[in-house]
Amino acid sequence: MQSRKTTDTIAAIATAMSSSGIGIVRISGSDAIAIADQIFRSKKKGKKLENVPSHTIHYGVIQDGEEVLDEVLAVVMRGPHSYTAEDTVEIDCHGGVLIMKKILETVIKYGARPAEPGEFTKRAFLNGRMDLSQAEAVMDLINSSNEYAMKSSVRQLKGSVSGKIRKLRENILYQIAFIESALDDPEHISLDGYEESLLKILQPMISETEQMVRSADNGRIVSEGVKTVILGKPNAGKSSLMNVLVGEERAIVTDIAGTTRDTLEEQIRLQGITLNVVDTAGIRETDDVVEKIGVNKAKMTADDADLIIYVVDGSCPLDENDAIIMELIRDRKAVVLLNKTDLDMVVSQEELEEKTGHPVIAISAKEETGIEELEKVIQGMFYEGKLDFNNEVIITNVRHKTALTDTLKSLKMVEQSIHDGMPEDFLTIDLMDAYEQLGSILGEAVEDDLVNEIFSRFCMGK
Amino acid sequence: MPFLEENYDIVVVGAGHAGCEAALACARLGLETIVFTVSVDSIALMPCNPNIGGSSKGHLVRELDALGGEMGKNIDKTFIQSKMLNESKGPAVHSLRAQADKQDYSRQMRRTLENTDHLTVRQAEVSEIIVEDHRITGVKTFSGAVYHAKAVVLATGTYLKARCIYGDVSNATGPNGLQAANHLTDSLIANGIEMFRFKTGTPARVDRRSIDFTKMEEQFGDEQIVPFSFSTDPESVQKEQVSCWLTYTNETTHQIIRDNLDRSPLFSGAIEGTGPRYCPSIEDKVVKFPDKERHQVFIEPEGLYTNEMYLGGMSSSLPEDVQYAMYRTVPGLEHVKIVRNAYAIEYDCINSLQLKPSLEFKAIRGLFSGGQFNGSSGYEEAAVQGFMAGVNAAMLVLGREPFVLDRSQAYIGVLIDDLVTKENHEPYRMMTSRAEYRLLLRQDNADLRLRGIGHAIGLVDDETYEHVLQKERDIAAEVERLEKTNVGANPRIQEFLERHGSTALKTGATLAELVRRPELDYFMLTEIDDNRADLPRDTAEQVNINIKYEGYLKRQQQQVAQFKKLESKKLDPDFDYSTVKSLRREAVQKLNQLKPVSIGQASRISGVSPADISVLLVHLEQLRHHKA
Repeated sequence: MQSRKTTDTIAAIATAMSSSGIGIVRISGSDAIAIADQIFRSKKKGKKLENVPSHTIHYGVIQDGEEVLDEVLAVVMRGPHSYTAEDTVEIDCHGGVLIMKKILETVIKYGARPAEPGEFTKRAFLNGRMDLSQAEAVMDLINSSNEYAMKSSVRQLKGSVSGKIRKLRENILYQIAFIESALDDPEHISLDGYEESLLKILQPMISETEQMVRSADNGRIVSEGVKTVILGKPNAGKSSLMNVLVGEERAIVTDIAGTTRDTLEEQIRLQGITLNVVDTAGIRETDDVVEKIGVNKAKMTADDADLIIYVVDGSCPLDENDAIIMELIRDRKAVVLLNKTDLDMVVSQEELEEKTGHPVIAISAKEETGIEELEKVIQGMFYEGKLDFNNEVIITNVRHKTALTDTLKSLKMVEQSIHDGMPEDFLTIDLMDAYEQLGSILGEAVEDDLVNEIFSRFCMGK
Repeated sequence: MPFLEENYDIVVVGAGHAGCEAALACARLGLETIVFTVSVDSIALMPCNPNIGGSSKGHLVRELDALGGEMGKNIDKTFIQSKMLNESKGPAVHSLRAQADKQDYSRQMRRTLENTDHLTVRQAEVSEIIVEDHRITGVKTFSGAVYHAKAVVLATGTYLKARCIYGDVSNATGPNGLQAANHLTDSLIANGIEMFRFKTGTPARVDRRSIDFTKMEEQFGDEQIVPFSFSTDPESVQKEQVSCWLTYTNETTHQIIRDNLDRSPLFSGAIEGTGPRYCPSIEDKVVKFPDKERHQVFIEPEGLYTNEMYLGGMSSSLPEDVQYAMYRTVPGLEHVKIVRNAYAIEYDCINSLQLKPSLEFKAIRGLFSGGQFNGSSGYEEAAVQGFMAGVNAAMLVLGREPFVLDRSQAYIGVLIDDLVTKENHEPYRMMTSRAEYRLLLRQDNADLRLRGIGHAIGLVDDETYEHVLQKERDIAAEVERLEKTNVGANPRIQEFLERHGSTALKTGATLAELVRRPELDYFMLTEIDDNRADLPRDTAEQVNINIKYEGYLKRQQQQVAQFKKLESKKLDPDFDYSTVKSLRREAVQKLNQLKPVSIGQASRISGVSPADISVLLVHLEQLRHHKA
């Protein structure tokens, strides 16, 4: 059974989401202009994009119903004279990352679907808009971006969310398998009274899905923002810094080296920039197994961080642990904090600057001095374009939300079908859609799940 | 130089359900055809369950019939009870199943074969295939005779190196104690064909006189019988039917089985073949589902002229004494006498991934295969494959294009696509849940879907085809009429609606809108529909379904349109996928092993991701430009 999503019109944010806050939401496909017309209100009353000439720019607002989201410029390009050779509308907006995301969601709500990784380029190629010599590059792009998206898609899911989705999905599959086994073997398995019990099973599924859709709205499903990692050897003051930034006692702070055994994650907003800050166990050569795991994890986290904050204990001489970290942050975007200015300093700011090649700020996490300067430096990096939001994360979130919204629709359809007295074999159509949508969030294909579930759960046949 | 040589267009090896359909299709297309069987008395033998059809299998039989196959007609001649299953469910899962008089079924099919022009029936064991330069040229029998042919269809069923097992008894025979075919496998392997070993089983047959039916529930056939074949006059099949009976196992039965598991060849390891999960032996069920307190046992007659009864649900390979002990714990079977023991059977079959969608071997031109030899299970699955293999053998000989049904056209298409695309590690059984577009692939519209194709092949005559075209026109006209006919909110209508528990009309409505209401249907509306023409029942049924489920049907039609796009993008079967650098290693390996015929087929191979498919699309585009 296949997903019912058949729309051929795709949308995505077409620019890197960084400093300026100006970005483009691109819609491509046969319904691109019609979809844009549903949400774009021109400043000139009654002007419709479907009536405007190709390659023209229009000033107006994006609206979802009555709610105005942003002032925008809409660029209309009719196929084949566009990047993808399809009808294309580009919405230039300037309301910042969150607004862009909201606009993208609205475009999807009105009938587009989130573009797959590399899909615009793929279409451009398939529609003959690109040079043949670019084929190899296009194929590479598709597979590498897809692999990245698949990995990040699941990784960015917060632990509890993927667990919930997995459980929900298992339950749905069980219901489908039960119905299907009864349809295939009606004399062994009966569906008498099943619709009523399914109604009861559906209700918590629906409310849980509703809740997840709401969480997606609040960005709580995937971690958006600049992935920031705090590194430093044990007891350098990483957790204290985290606490200062977050403003509450979140990480465990003691004077005993090695008390933060795992990574903690916290979302903080600095002057309009969202940082996902991960505190890590201190890095040092260790034989302690538990701590070793923490240290390895810290190194891994640092590997895919957008920004590294390296905390140095200025009251102790630099040692081989600091050398490890300095190696780790070479050629990365990093800020170095010379901590514990409240104590006697044995490390100098100049020495650190020279050794790391990164800006160094003297702070005291304990007395909360120097924090403002840190904020300024990070902000500066961001506006100079040295730091990017991870574009994929936003897209992932929109994809997940779309999938969850569709899951919700499908589950409600099942409920409706039961109320309408539809036979059981119709219920599995929507249940299967829900199963597939949830699978797309986890990056899992359907394959032979159903047949396997039927055989393993239900006793069939002669 | 062989002592005997003959020439044919087509050789069919095996005269079971696959072989019969293959041979008939070829001969009816005018090709000189010879069909081999190890025993002429066992043509179209039903060595396991005594019925044809059932959920999704009924669909297969009706599709086969619409295309011009024989199974539907044959069961219509020989059934002794008939039922439409799942009648309370949606039309997509309604499915016919008929109990057959086994001997009669076999005899009638034999008569048909023996009286078909261009068809020769020959009793002999084929022991070798003759291949020259990757092309089949004929077969050789065990006695040394050579039969030259332009194409060969293998339909050896469960006979290759067959072994029947119960307890520690192991007989090197085919089903029902028939002679096994012990030589062909070696010849196939020598020609590079990869073999699997599968297993299946059958329950005991018992003496009717030893059964106490008072302790069982009687199961009747339908009052109004629907024939399998679209060509059978429904009136001609309204006949007296026999009953089946239902009883149950219990805790004592299960205890005996558990106590003797160590004596089962399945658990001791004496059986090496892979058995089907959907058709478990009773010992499998007891082990796998320990919480089930009882299992159903269906007692089904094997025919009108025998006292043998089939114990559906209790197939087993336990030793004879345990079989007796466990059967006798079942209510009504306390004094049962066994006529034939239950047994498991092991046999050689092929890895079906070696086949093209036309069921021709990729590596050997002109060699086709169908049925359990391909790793499927069931008479119906066998018959449709035999038919498709036979037709394609004929197409090859006639120099015509291969004939392939896709997943959106028929269950037959789903079955064969699964066999040639997906790894299959157990005997494959058709299931309605395997069909993505099952709302469109109903048993009630198989004629509308496939008569035209059967006609194009040459197995459906003009008159029959014209009849379906007329039906199509009638349906369209009637649907249009209902969509356009308004009824007002007048007292007569309101009274009708109220009587059927339906909401009263505020303004007017079309008849179609009323048909769509859950509590109403096309037939109920007869009394308020003054201009209704008198349509045949099956035509009226199509009108009802088309209107009532319009939304769902449209949804699936859209999906089919998407599906067709990928199916129509053809891939070169000789292409080396390792030359496409961006494909993942796993995808390259799978694609090179399978050599799919289209992007669509490639997308269904496990281990090929959507991104790989995108890469292939880009690659195809690149090739197209290079050629242009």
